[in-house]
Amino acid sequence: MTATPPNSEVSLGMPQLPAPDYPADVRARLETDAKEIIARYPDSRSALLPLLHLTQSEEGFVSRTGMAFCAGLLGLTTAEVTAVATFYSMYRRRPGGDYQVGVCTNTLCAVMGGDAIFDTLKEHLGVGNGETTEDGGITLEHIECNAACDFAPVVMVNWEFFDNQTPQSAKRLVDDLRDGRTVEPTRGAPLCTYKKTARILAGFPDERPGAVEATGGAGPASLVGLRLAKGEAPQRVVRPRDGAYPRDEPRPGAEHLSSHDAPQQTSASDPDHPAGPAAEEGE
Amino acid sequence: MTTMATQLGENGTSPEKLLAPVLSAFWDQPESWTLATYERHDGYQGLRKALAMAPDDLIAYVKDAGLRGRGGAGFPTGMKWQFIPQGDGKPHYLVVNADESEPGTCKDIPLLFANPHALIEGIVIACYAIRSQQAFIYLRGEVVPVLRRLHEAVREAYAAGYLGTNILGSGLDLDVVVHAGAGAYICGEETALLDSLEGRRGQPRLRPPFPAVAGLYACPTVVNNVESIASVPSILNRGKDWFKSMGSEKSPGFTLYSLSGHVTSPGQYEAPLGITLRQLLDMSGGIRAGHRLKFWTPGGSSTPMFTEEHLDVPLDYEGVGAAGSMLGTKALQCFDETTCVVRAVTRWTEFYAHESCGKCTPCREGTYWLVQLLRDIEAGKGRMSDIDKLNDIADTINGKSFCALGDGAASPIFSSLKHFRAEYEEHVTGKGCPLDPAKSTAWADQNPHPEVNA
Repeated sequence: MTATPPNSEVSLGMPQLPAPDYPADVRARLETDAKEIIARYPDSRSALLPLLHLTQSEEGFVSRTGMAFCAGLLGLTTAEVTAVATFYSMYRRRPGGDYQVGVCTNTLCAVMGGDAIFDTLKEHLGVGNGETTEDGGITLEHIECNAACDFAPVVMVNWEFFDNQTPQSAKRLVDDLRDGRTVEPTRGAPLCTYKKTARILAGFPDERPGAVEATGGAGPASLVGLRLAKGEAPQRVVRPRDGAYPRDEPRPGAEHLSSHDAPQQTSASDPDHPAGPAAEEGE
Repeated sequence: MTTMATQLGENGTSPEKLLAPVLSAFWDQPESWTLATYERHDGYQGLRKALAMAPDDLIAYVKDAGLRGRGGAGFPTGMKWQFIPQGDGKPHYLVVNADESEPGTCKDIPLLFANPHALIEGIVIACYAIRSQQAFIYLRGEVVPVLRRLHEAVREAYAAGYLGTNILGSGLDLDVVVHAGAGAYICGEETALLDSLEGRRGQPRLRPPFPAVAGLYACPTVVNNVESIASVPSILNRGKDWFKSMGSEKSPGFTLYSLSGHVTSPGQYEAPLGITLRQLLDMSGGIRAGHRLKFWTPGGSSTPMFTEEHLDVPLDYEGVGAAGSMLGTKALQCFDETTCVVRAVTRWTEFYAHESCGKCTPCREGTYWLVQLLRDIEAGKGRMSDIDKLNDIADTINGKSFCALGDGAASPIFSSLKHFRAEYEEHVTGKGCPLDPAKSTAWADQNPHPEVNA
């Protein structure tokens, strides 16, 4: 699967031999993409971050081969490329799973339950932070604040949002992923593999039909203020959507949460339905 | 929490009066992210008005409106534009900072997910003003759903003639590139962002020269936050007087407040600047039932924390500043009495230590040692002298690094020691944390076992 073995962390021994090149057909294909990326920028070096995403889309991590590829195209030394590749946390330095499950454990999510979710998943999957399950399916890691605090606790899978999670919903989420069931995020498109996600990050739009519109517009928490401003009664946040809104159902602001509705619990806090949206969808 | 009538006017407590959805006004409409929906809601009307003005007049107009940067520092947007030297023969660049990563901050990501065209329109207006033909949107990489919608919005804008050559017949040519970052909080700092966009490690630059003189590729560059740029079209379309009718003289206009944590209704609340947390909580159901507010941040983890006594602080640049903090990103993270402040600060400090780029010694080393001390205190292995040492180290970091990350790391230390020193001491004398983290979770009070219900 990969052109080079994973790097060891730090080696003080003999210098490594130069990385092998990509096979000719792979290289030709990647070069075509790379030239398109480079053409976007007034200065070719600006293409380095997208190019590193592109190499991840090929191998699932940034290999020495990938870095040498970037260096060659941009006229940089491999040291210059390595310095950049090791600075950013989204570049994997060794192969990982098809699905990267990131649990936010920055303060707010951690307090709201992210720590409990992360502990549960570590135990359930039998892996630690940054480790991959034996079947190569899932890499688990804790992540920093992902700008979704009003949906806390948040889990990201391949950088799609799974909002308002609980330990139970997160467990079902990873079980569904490992069992090959279709898993849809709360906000975002149906999951594709880590490699395919990396290609979007390299700047190639997601061409899958329905990917852009998947899960509809703003999430429920994003609409709380708007609904109040429109004169709707203050209520608890509606439970997170259990999938995409039905396509034929109009969603002009006033359809939910009239003052006649009984207060609704969030799914994350509903004892009868402890699973969050992800697990429900996956069934 | 206790909610009481405040010194509001007779009709001042209703959400309809207190909130002012502008950017979020049609987020509940079907396919709100599309060009068609945006155009149905006055989309690209502001651009038409802007293109009818001379660029310098446009800059003056935005300056007169008083729009201030929504990314944290509050620098006047129009003034940033004015600093771009004209007739210098160099390319000019607009770089939109969409690297939203400050802990607690969650406004630009939902804005771009639901209404990306407000940003695109703002970009065209800004580029016309500063005479730029190339803009970049630097989006943090970890938000692929937003990246998808930005790709699509840019595609739609090109197809409709809002981007590309001779935009709306004005002679303006403009290209926009959506650039995904790769995971580094520091790239939200504008000069680190520029280094990152140039394909380097994201490390802040020494200023001067400022980006307005030597920014991207050493050319004059404006770096603006997403919300700042997205606010521009409505100012043009509805007028600066409309904009100034909201907020205060020095902090005019509307903005997105992001309520999160132990509140009944976390979410986005768009309101005139100067609303208070008490007003926001009063209208939205308050702190979660049966609990009291303990501490909160006005604008992300880098802004000194507040307590219950600050509920009536007007949330504008001056009001929050006068109360000893910063408006920052208006990320109102609320924590109730179940939350251990030492745990919260430890976690934030771990974040700063992880995200310190390593360039400046006080920040790189200081955040490392803060984490060691805090972990010890949290685990009940700390000494009383460690508490003073925290303060000393924070003092060594604060103001002694290139960028504000160091200052941000010091903020939670200083402010938590100011308000909750006793709780730190309790961890030392009691050899551990007196609070149960299980009680803080979102599901704590819905536990199926009734005996542990609050």
